Amino acid sequence: MSNGNGIAIDVKGLTKSFGGREVVHDLSMQVKRGSIYGFLGPNGSGKTTTIRIICGLLTPDSGEGTCLGYDIRRDAEKIKRQVGYMTQRFSLYQDLSVRENLEFVARLYGLADARGAARDMITRLGLSGREEQLAGELSGGWKQRLALGACTLPNPQLLLLDEPTAGVDPKARRDFWNEIHALAADGLTVLVSTHYMDEAERCHEIAYIAYGHLLTHGTVEEVIAKSALTTYTVTGEDLNGLGAALTGKPGVDMVAPFGTSLHVSGRDVAALEDSIAPWRKKGGLHWQKSQPSLEDVFIELMGRSKDNFQ
Amino acid sequence: MSVVDLPAPAREIRERFGFLRRSYAMLIKEFIQLRRDRVSFAMIVMLPVMQLMLFGYAINTTPHHLPSAVLLQEDSDLTRSILKALENTAYFRFLYEVHDVDDFDNLLKSGKVLFGVEIPRGFERAVRRGDRPALLVAADATDPVAASAALGSLGMVVQTALKHDLFIGDPPEMPFEIRAHARYNPAAASSLNIVPGLVGTILTMTMLIFTALSVTREVERGTMESLLSMPIKPVEVMFGKIVPYVLVGFVQAFLIIGIGVGLFGVPVLGNLVLLALLSTLFITTNLSIGYTISTVVQNQLQAMQMSMMFFLPSILLSGFMFPFAGMPTWAQYVGECLPLTHYLRIVRAIMLKGATMQNLRFDTLALTALMLLAMTIAVTRFRRTLD
Repeated sequence: MSNGNGIAIDVKGLTKSFGGREVVHDLSMQVKRGSIYGFLGPNGSGKTTTIRIICGLLTPDSGEGTCLGYDIRRDAEKIKRQVGYMTQRFSLYQDLSVRENLEFVARLYGLADARGAARDMITRLGLSGREEQLAGELSGGWKQRLALGACTLPNPQLLLLDEPTAGVDPKARRDFWNEIHALAADGLTVLVSTHYMDEAERCHEIAYIAYGHLLTHGTVEEVIAKSALTTYTVTGEDLNGLGAALTGKPGVDMVAPFGTSLHVSGRDVAALEDSIAPWRKKGGLHWQKSQPSLEDVFIELMGRSKDNFQ
Repeated sequence: MSVVDLPAPAREIRERFGFLRRSYAMLIKEFIQLRRDRVSFAMIVMLPVMQLMLFGYAINTTPHHLPSAVLLQEDSDLTRSILKALENTAYFRFLYEVHDVDDFDNLLKSGKVLFGVEIPRGFERAVRRGDRPALLVAADATDPVAASAALGSLGMVVQTALKHDLFIGDPPEMPFEIRAHARYNPAAASSLNIVPGLVGTILTMTMLIFTALSVTREVERGTMESLLSMPIKPVEVMFGKIVPYVLVGFVQAFLIIGIGVGLFGVPVLGNLVLLALLSTLFITTNLSIGYTISTVVQNQLQAMQMSMMFFLPSILLSGFMFPFAGMPTWAQYVGECLPLTHYLRIVRAIMLKGATMQNLRFDTLALTALMLLAMTIAVTRFRRTLD
């Protein structure tokens, strides 16, 4: 392999605009080989665009980088041979059967025994007995499984998964993530975009992107630590009233209800403690200083980036 | 059940014959999709049958300035006057003057001229002697309307014209005899002209629409994103999408010619292999043009509109609807750019005149050029990215 330094994706300063609107702004990221890299961010934040730039489906307006050691601008054809890309929308042929779809992919990549490879994959995916079913007639979970099978069929080195679990039930989601971990254990690099916090916590590393800007990245612990957020978890009576009263007070950056508790967070500890002091003395409320959750961090980041970039 | 349970088998990847392999992958996929699309499948059979029944009778107009040749075996004042008189009718325009019977026949066979006038040796002397020599007028009657109007005018026109030249007063009868040969279609049956024309028209329509939708359909169904992320080249996509329909076109051509021969009694005088070969060329040309359309347009509606924009001139200016020779010059130039024009000449010449490759070189070259042009545009226009 031309890239010996253990980095699968290395891009710098990627920028892409559509019709005058900047969708990706000066984005730089590195993904280690064999790792699962989570790509998080709200809808329309530029996740899909970034993934498409990495696999050569879009040309960046500016910026450069390598994918598996190949230049993303010049070597798109070589990258395509080594990368499996699972699109957000199901993009296999709905009017082809499971077997025909897999055979098509196998033939395109030049697998020596296309029929055999498709048959093996059907067994691996647990789709035996459904091989003659049209892909368009499969349920959401099975479609997603088939799509993953199709993009792993040619033994890629890198998988790019664009919101692979959107609209899939929890059991299928868990199976899916087990598979991704198994693939990564075999040395495959996986870049996966998602909305789900529990999925983010299953990644080795994560990056958070909003309005085209990469806001933070690192392991889950690093991202939480970097946020420098102080969070209090409050339980007790009339949390709705408390939430309304605290919102907008100095030092209170975020108030979010979590089931029977309320998370109150801020970056300026002193100001936060001043603001909540009157309520801490009141009875009926239990205040607990706690570690902010990933969701706290992201919601706070999103709120902040909205002010900055929109 | 899942990937965890089974180790991934190492798979051998072949690097050789990548082009053929990937085109083949695409081709198989297109075949399966076509087979599943019942409506399209029905169209392949229904369309030619319906059209053939509907276009049973043609619309025709009176043509002018029909390209003609003269086989001159005698050059005299009288023969010049006759030719001038023929030209003055506005039916004929003499493009070639030949002195050899084979040249004369070839001009007719290749479709370069629709009429040939043969003036035999010693014609003037025979007229003056009152021998009533024969003036042979050979007409390419594969297009019976174009031929018959012109043929009908011959006698009167020539007689009137010659009065000034030769004779004082009205002769009691024609000083010579006009022998008109309606070649290739002696009964002037219009189905003989229409059926071969329909082969071309129907093929243009179906082939164009099949491929015009092919790329836009992938874009609209979202499958293009997947396809582009795989290592396939634009040329391979194109071949994969064109080849299955060559077979479809072949079936259609067979169907139309079969009905034409069986039901309308159209002969096939020429070589069937040549007809099949040149039909395949024509089918491929149309598929390439359709494919080019689909790489240019944004959605399926635009693809349909653009196909119609190409199809209408093809019908009107190719010589299918109206005799080609009767059209104004600019329209003839447009017509020369349409594959149907050339194919109509080819298919009529082979079926009705028994023409050989020798006679059809120009039209074959024109079709090939149009096909290569369309393919080049398609491959360069095909977008490898989603930009």
